[in-house]
Amino acid sequence: MSTSTMAWGDHRVLPTWAPAAATGAGVAVGLLAFLAGGVSLILAAIVAAAVTTAALIPWSLAVEGSRRARDRMVTLTVTGAFALAVAPLISLLYTVVSKGLDRFDATLFSESMRNVVGNGGGVQHAIVGTLVITGLATLASVPIGVMTAIYLHEYGRGGKLGRAISFFVDVMTGIPSIVAGLFAYALFALIFGPGVRLGVMGAVALSLLMIPIVVRSTEEMLRVVPHHLREASYGLGVPKWLTIVKVVLPTAFAGIVTGCMLAIARVVGETAPLLITTGAVTSVNANPFGGRMENLAVFAYNQYANPGVPRDPYIARAWAAALTLLLIVMVLNLVARLVSARFGVKQR
Amino acid sequence: MSATSADNPADATRAAIKHHGGVPQRPGDRIFGGAAKGAGIGILVVLAGVAIFLLIEAWPAITAAAEEIPGREGLIDYIAPLAFGTVLAAVLAAIIAVPFAVAIALFVSHYAPRRIAAGLGYVIDLLAAVPSVVYGLWGVSVLAPASRDVNTWLADNLGFLPFFEGPASATGRTMLVAGLVLAVMILPIITAIAREVFSQTPRAHEEAALALGATRWEMVRMAVLPFGRSAVISGSMLGLGRALGETMAVTIILSVSGVVTFNLISSTNPSTIAANIALDFPESSGIAINALIASGLVLFAITLVVNMAARAVISRREAKEGR
Repeated sequence: MSTSTMAWGDHRVLPTWAPAAATGAGVAVGLLAFLAGGVSLILAAIVAAAVTTAALIPWSLAVEGSRRARDRMVTLTVTGAFALAVAPLISLLYTVVSKGLDRFDATLFSESMRNVVGNGGGVQHAIVGTLVITGLATLASVPIGVMTAIYLHEYGRGGKLGRAISFFVDVMTGIPSIVAGLFAYALFALIFGPGVRLGVMGAVALSLLMIPIVVRSTEEMLRVVPHHLREASYGLGVPKWLTIVKVVLPTAFAGIVTGCMLAIARVVGETAPLLITTGAVTSVNANPFGGRMENLAVFAYNQYANPGVPRDPYIARAWAAALTLLLIVMVLNLVARLVSARFGVKQR
Repeated sequence: MSATSADNPADATRAAIKHHGGVPQRPGDRIFGGAAKGAGIGILVVLAGVAIFLLIEAWPAITAAAEEIPGREGLIDYIAPLAFGTVLAAVLAAIIAVPFAVAIALFVSHYAPRRIAAGLGYVIDLLAAVPSVVYGLWGVSVLAPASRDVNTWLADNLGFLPFFEGPASATGRTMLVAGLVLAVMILPIITAIAREVFSQTPRAHEEAALALGATRWEMVRMAVLPFGRSAVISGSMLGLGRALGETMAVTIILSVSGVVTFNLISSTNPSTIAANIALDFPESSGIAINALIASGLVLFAITLVVNMAARAVISRREAKEGR
């Protein structure tokens, strides 16, 4: 929409390069202040924003009048808001990468924390635990989530039960992760007695968080499967369940995979529910029923929150674990987007 | 989000089939349909189970004598300051995040060049992908030290407000920083919902405004914002719900001392329910565990109310649009 640059009768407007020129001037002054003036990066950014505003708005006010000037002010504001929101992301990525690279070496992945005090050690046990817990949670959530979505979209639409399930799936999305952890603890404490810590408890807590995400994304994908495909199948006398299995699901498959991967990415970094269900341990444990189990997020937290003496190796391991976690999440997100872009049903 | 649409051809087909006495049910249909229905009912059972099991495990604390509860003042006095801290942190986060989310959603839906808008939206979505423990580590090691000068300035110049009473924290591990990090965490949720609805604004409304000579901002104010208002409200409430239950960022950042205060920049801060559970649960035993689970039940109830209110706003909007 380039309406703001149109000339209305004898009204005068700024040249089209005006915003770019003002922004350029602002950034130039900000850079100058940062490089030559020695002010902090945050202050330089504020200077750049102030100079841009001071250059463009009075100019616009003089040439175009107050309505256009206000319009330009809003444009600057929303653009600035976006830039400001990206700043924490950049700062966070920079911090995690620069601090995490310190210990991001081969031993990090080849060793556990068994008998490690101070330097050395690694996250092998935490990675095994993360894989087992997240894997179990996925095995439980994906079938339940996909079947529920099929019920909601193909069977129970408009019915009382369908509406109730749909409502409570929405409610479930809002369950705080720590409450999911408490639920898993409460459930297993009734069976095994208080103080119990098992890998499978973490999987139960995580699947509680995963199921609603899988249901919602699968439902969304079933919705974009064209109806004429279903009707062509019915028309050939194929029963409904075979239509779903052979026509609807394969069509929506890429989208469902994307949804499941995003759900995994969402829970793989969960800390709170695992902190209170799987506990922490220093050696490799791949048995979900065999007592305490470490995982990456809890490892990062514990290394940071309860460091030994000297502190530095613990903090360095915390950042290295955070970097590993961030890489896993980013790769999952990226692959999920690629799958849906490459194989997804073309929408709209 | 609604699952029904009246002009759906499949519904029409189904209605026609029903009219003719229904299709014959094959065993495969019964098994598959039953499994799907079972999964759905299973979800209802699990959700009921969450409430029931939490209540069972919280019960010993509810019925216990006041001096057995940690703090020796009874369960209500134990949970109330935590509930206060939870609401304070979440409301602070929402107050910071909502204006930004609206501005960013407008930027992506109406201001950014078409070709890169989707990519820019994805950048904001990435904020939602970062694990909360990473946010916590970032907040405590980058944002907290950076906030010290700001805290001192606020205490010196705005100290007459109860929020900035001071004395300013020396570590920067304050409620203000916790609220800021929570704001960054809920920003993508609110933005995603607002963006989605802003971009659904009827073209005719936008073009009518522009044709009458409105500037872009006037068009946004007259057509886009009124259309998206309920989405902004419901999105903000969903964000609030998320902030209420967020654990690790608060656990790591906040230096807590169980006080009740609106002072956002001091070194004594109220804890939140979730952070308190994460801090105390691994070391607790006996009735203390039950008391923590009781506080979790309170958190569950608070988030449930907020989320249900948000969903009610959404479904009312969808009903109004006849979707």
